[in-house]
Amino acid sequence: MISFNHVTKKFGENITAIDDVDFTVEEGKIVVLLGPSGCGKTTLLRMVNRLESITEGEIIINGENSKDMDPIELRRKIGYVIQSNGLFPNMTIEENVMIVPDLLGWSKKDKRERFEYLMKLSGLDAKDYGKRYPHELSGGQQQRIGVVRALAADPPVMLMDEPFGALDPIIREKIQDEFLQIQREVKKTILFVSHDIDEAIKMADKIVLLRDGKIMQFDTPSEMLAHPKQEFVSQFFGKDRAIKGLSLHTVENLREVIGLGPVDDSVQDTKTINVHQDLRNTLSMLLNQEADQVIVKDDAGENIGTITIDLVQKYLHFEIKGKVSASQEG
Amino acid sequence: MNRKKLIGNIVRYALYAVVAAFFIWAISNSYFDYIFSQSGTFLVLLRQHIVLVLVSSLLAILIAVPAGILITRPKFKRAEWIVSNIANLGQTIPSLAVLALMISFLGIGFQTAVFALFIYSILPIFRNTVAGIDSIDKNMIDAAKGMGMKPHQILFRIELPNSAYSILAGIRTAVVLNIGTAALAYVVGAGGLGVWIFTGINLFDNGFLISGAIPVTLLAIVADFILRRVEYAVVPKGSRRIEKA
Repeated sequence: MISFNHVTKKFGENITAIDDVDFTVEEGKIVVLLGPSGCGKTTLLRMVNRLESITEGEIIINGENSKDMDPIELRRKIGYVIQSNGLFPNMTIEENVMIVPDLLGWSKKDKRERFEYLMKLSGLDAKDYGKRYPHELSGGQQQRIGVVRALAADPPVMLMDEPFGALDPIIREKIQDEFLQIQREVKKTILFVSHDIDEAIKMADKIVLLRDGKIMQFDTPSEMLAHPKQEFVSQFFGKDRAIKGLSLHTVENLREVIGLGPVDDSVQDTKTINVHQDLRNTLSMLLNQEADQVIVKDDAGENIGTITIDLVQKYLHFEIKGKVSASQEG
Repeated sequence: MNRKKLIGNIVRYALYAVVAAFFIWAISNSYFDYIFSQSGTFLVLLRQHIVLVLVSSLLAILIAVPAGILITRPKFKRAEWIVSNIANLGQTIPSLAVLALMISFLGIGFQTAVFALFIYSILPIFRNTVAGIDSIDKNMIDAAKGMGMKPHQILFRIELPNSAYSILAGIRTAVVLNIGTAALAYVVGAGGLGVWIFTGINLFDNGFLISGAIPVTLLAIVADFILRRVEYAVVPKGSRRIEKA
């Protein structure tokens, strides 16, 4: 758990980079710091492992005030991933990944076992890649190594500064999925910096939207999209925020709320999608007019119904408007 | 690409031919005879020459590399340009003038020559050390810091290995330059192969001139070759390719 208690950072007398920031990253959750460039998100992240100093307030990490800890000890307990992976070209992949365990003085055997486990997580072969050097790997592979390196000493807390920002969109999405898969297994408390709205929606349990060092809104992605509290928030997420929000919902969610349409066996031109597909992709597919009928299949491959644009719209209405009227009544 | 290769080959073989012609001319005029007829003297001069170069280069390495490391530490970063400019200034003084200046302080002999050569070797080593360390990606240092490496661990595990190529290239440049400049040690009475070169010039004796000059050249080539080998052995495998690219 990371708690920010009225954290402020000033450069000199007049420039306030971080202004009275107060929020908590719950144990095992991902909080994404989101905002335009220059909003202070990276500065805030770097204050956690004391690469930046704190002017006022305090940051409590798993019950300990970061100010009271030795910065070197503190950093070794926190995984740190940066955009340009930061792998050291003079070391092999194994040496790179094992840096923190090495600093902590682990035995050779422990390091070996840990390395093999981490490489299994990363999906790269330990034997094949261990002895290679970073420049012999592709950008995506390097970033995977950058992520597992941060996990090396099994730190409870991780800081990730636009870790996937330098990758091309296709690889980025793949690595995001892989990372969420890893997170389900390791359950770290993660603070994640991003300027990419889609990434934030996808990765975050909660989003902190920052502007000029101030928190504009701290909420779950779906709340933030459906109920922006300020003009800036809705502007930032854009007019298409309803569409963006659809990526948080799956066909399964829709089925549970309003049900699917019946399958018409007479229609020849059909396509099928999985019930766990998100609604944003589903809607794109429907809009592309790829087929006359889109059939939803469950995990067993059974047809369980059809989906149409009308159904998606109905669901949206129910989800957004329904909740608004409910909250107004409440 | 092929044209370039062809021109490159023509130039290379033309050079080989010139060198071969030179040796044939020198040998047929028995210009190398002194090396064999006065081999005792030759070996003394050669040893003096090598000792001059070794001592002055080692001193320069011992001073310039740590100075380069020190000046790239955050605390001293601001002094970098002052120190660099002083070092640059040192290099602009003609080597003969450095020697002449040193005579007034240290008198004539070995120590004067060593000191002048040392002053002269500092700059290339210092400059390459600073450039090598400065060229390291700041994100890499940031990652190292963020993972909890102490400053000395960052220096020895990250900065030095990744700037080794540049530092060693500076040392190589300095040593090769030094071998040539050491011929001037004769002027302050410190011996070396310069003795024969200057004798040759004074007596219009090509035999002395060439018996002194060619070994100096060969010494420089051999030193360059050996130091390249050292570079290859010392520079980490992963950083090697990046320097080339």
